Amino acid sequence: MLVSSEDGLVIADALLEDVKGNAVAALASSLAKRVGNASKSAGVGAPLFLHLDASAGVLVAAPANSDILMVVVAERSVNVGLVRLEMLRIAEAGL
Amino acid sequence: MSDTYAVDPWAKEPLKKFIGEANARLALLMTPAGQVIAQHGFNRAVDVMAAAALGAAIVSSTTAVAKLLEEPMFSALNHQGEQHGIFLAGFDSPRGRMIVLGVYGTESSPGLVQLFYEDFVRDIVAACPDAEPPRKVLAEDFEKELNESLSALFGT
Repeated sequence: MLVSSEDGLVIADALLEDVKGNAVAALASSLAKRVGNASKSAGVGAPLFLHLDASAGVLVAAPANSDILMVVVAERSVNVGLVRLEMLRIAEAGL
Repeated sequence: MSDTYAVDPWAKEPLKKFIGEANARLALLMTPAGQVIAQHGFNRAVDVMAAAALGAAIVSSTTAVAKLLEEPMFSALNHQGEQHGIFLAGFDSPRGRMIVLGVYGTESSPGLVQLFYEDFVRDIVAACPDAEPPRKVLAEDFEKELNESLSALFGT
């Protein structure tokens, strides 16, 4: 899904029925904002990729540009490296 | 740190939870007439009264515009500034229509406020007792009731 980084609102999504898009968008953008504050405070710059490993799946997020956050929800068995490469490729291509 | 105050005690916990989850700075729960049921973050009565009057007036205006457009009532309104945003929405409860005015800063977002507003409505509807039968307002009780409401809203 594509999320407005500042607003936490969904721009576009393709989700399974049981995934609450608006909740994921709002919380993922808030998480990205806070992690961004933490990493900037630590002097390591803005985060390029977030990987949240949960008990029943994973949530990954990467800024597509300064305004848009790309968020992927996947099963635990997903190849996160491949997802990361694809997301960074899309970000580099400017969506 | 600011606290949450309520004229009707059942409104306090849901508002407190909403403030904590949505990371809002100020919030008012009121009737469409601008009568405040609960507030968080306001320190002065005059600010609460101004915010309630303005919030109720905005909802009243947008409801009138919706009628002109033959639309059902608008559900929520969001204005975002550089440092603050305001969220204004109405919902139906066992005690009739209620309005929420929330003010949030850069630590929150319209998405978060909207998300936790939906939970807040569920909590309020669950906590809210049925409407009391209307009673006659007596002039001699008015000042006493007004003072009690102000005390409840500011914890004095």
